[in-house]
Amino acid sequence: MTDILNAFILLSNFVLIPAIAYGSQLALGALGITLIYGILRFSNFAHGDTMAFGTMFVILFTWWFQSMGINLGPLPTALLALPFGIACCIGFVLITDRTVYKFYRKQKAAPVIYVIASVGVMFVMNGLVRFVIGPNDQRFADGERFIIKAREFKQMTGLSEGMSIKVSQGLTLVTAVLVVIALFWFLNKTRTGKSMRAYSDNEDLALLSGIDPDKVVRVTWILAAVLATIAGTLYGLDKSFKPFTYFQLLLPMFAAAIVGGLGSPVGAIAGGFVIAFSEIMITYPYKKFIAYIGPDGWTPNGLMQLLATDYKFAVSFIILLVVLLFKPTGLFAGKSV
Amino acid sequence: MIEVKNLSKSFSGFLAVNDASLKIETGSITGLVGPNGAGKTTLFNVIAGVHAPTDGQVLLDGQDITGLAPHELFHRGLLRTFQIAHEFSSLTVRENLMMVPADQMGETLWKTWTNPSAVRAQEEQTRAKADDVIEFLEISHVADELAGNLSGGQKKLLELGRTMMVDAKIVFLDEVGAGVNRTLLNTIGDAIIRLNQERGYTFCVIEHDMDFIGRLCDPVIVMAEGGVLAEGTLDEIKANEQVIEAYLGTGLKNKEAS
Ligand SMILES: Nc1ncnc2c1ncn2[C@@H]1O[C@H](COP(=O)(O)OP(=O)(O)OP(=O)(O)O)[C@@H](O)[C@H]1O
Ligand SMILES: [Mg+2]
Repeated sequence: MTDILNAFILLSNFVLIPAIAYGSQLALGALGITLIYGILRFSNFAHGDTMAFGTMFVILFTWWFQSMGINLGPLPTALLALPFGIACCIGFVLITDRTVYKFYRKQKAAPVIYVIASVGVMFVMNGLVRFVIGPNDQRFADGERFIIKAREFKQMTGLSEGMSIKVSQGLTLVTAVLVVIALFWFLNKTRTGKSMRAYSDNEDLALLSGIDPDKVVRVTWILAAVLATIAGTLYGLDKSFKPFTYFQLLLPMFAAAIVGGLGSPVGAIAGGFVIAFSEIMITYPYKKFIAYIGPDGWTPNGLMQLLATDYKFAVSFIILLVVLLFKPTGLFAGKSV
Repeated sequence: MIEVKNLSKSFSGFLAVNDASLKIETGSITGLVGPNGAGKTTLFNVIAGVHAPTDGQVLLDGQDITGLAPHELFHRGLLRTFQIAHEFSSLTVRENLMMVPADQMGETLWKTWTNPSAVRAQEEQTRAKADDVIEFLEISHVADELAGNLSGGQKKLLELGRTMMVDAKIVFLDEVGAGVNRTLLNTIGDAIIRLNQERGYTFCVIEHDMDFIGRLCDPVIVMAEGGVLAEGTLDEIKANEQVIEAYLGTGLKNKEAS
């Protein structure tokens, strides 16, 4: 019995909890991608670097607050810096829209041109981030580290396996839930949200109604910047901040958005968790787990890992391929890609 | 008044509208008829700013509106419906109608926070208007249904309903009657006449149903092969040899004669 409990705790600690946190981060990122796709109708390759860009400002403000001795006690100071980072990110994203995307909108350019333009924006943002904060790892998490420590958990339960929950993980889940509730309230209940959905449903008709397309586009960018900065900050608190990692997040985030159905917010959230769970479950070594649940002496020699962690991006890629082959509109019937 | 001057629109060399000139007088219900592919819808699309014309001009009350974007024209009171019904499929019928009026305070984010009561009051007003339109079109039973789930005819009604949500100057209807049953078609006809008389809407109506045209429209403009073939009252049109040949066919003539 204790073996089964231990096995369960082991999986919770190394799979369930990290996957929930990572899934929430991917979901927030994928929401931004899906909103841009639904309304501006292109795949924004700069989204990963938008996350890095927003997070960079959060870090800079965090350091500044820390230098002045301002903090939030047990919570990371980054939470206090978040609104400022968001504001900077919104500002930059709106400037890019004005200077880059607006031109192509006027031209009624084909989606592929937008995509290429977004790749250009991606390089610019990437360069700016590396120029300002450098390409290296930055740690900016402070305050308490753990909600529950593995050792305390062991003492409490008397089990040999411990379960730890990091503050960043708890924070990620709480923030993601709040943000998603706010976003869905916004999309379904407010006039602007309805305008956005209407615009996403049928652009021609939206232009022939009292919907101001400029406003819809602006609000979409603002939401994307907010989501990107929050997702990036949570990811950075949970792991660490490194510009290249954020660029790499593009693949799992796109996979999440496409798996869920591009343009569908619910799909983006579901997709985020599908990708996160698959990635972590497939790269987790089950050796110890099998030792617990299997009969005595069954402990395998190998790690029992389906795929080495180095190949974790292949997981997103394979899921993406399978979904595109069998259900191109994604799980929640977004727009066909 | 809408004035179309020597308008042409070519799609990669094919002239869908060819040097068409016509006038739609303020206060009139002008019919626009012609064989399939005559260029009627294309003409609408050019007037409504969906396509830029290859050549020519469109004037609204003497002002040049050629090439203005659809939403700019909407703000000047020029509305249109689509031959193939358009709707916001993931919004309800009522929400679809409520999207039409412009300058809703709820659309400005900070007003939602700073002046919620005014925003709500305006929204209530829009909702009441939408409910009136829904009742008028006798689609109350689907008011909270997603517009994407409506039948073809119901979508057509929604198209018409949209034009009733704001005070339009001129409304272009592209076959609103197609796919709608007879009794409802009469209701639509009544609605158009009432909007015309009570609210002063000017209409330009594309329709293939000659009875419908006969009941509503004066004058009637006939288009064929991208150009304007004839203009006049329905009786004049019916007597026009060219029109008979190009559109109405001799069957009608024989019927009239007998
Ligand atoms: N976007 C387009 N690209 C290419 N050709 C087009 C386009 N739109 C219309 N056409 C062509 O222009 C011609 C006129 O089409 P239009 O839709 O204006 O006809 P219509 O008079 O509305 O006919 P109907 O009574 O069948 O609705 C047709 O031959 C059509 O193939
Ligand atoms: Mg047509």
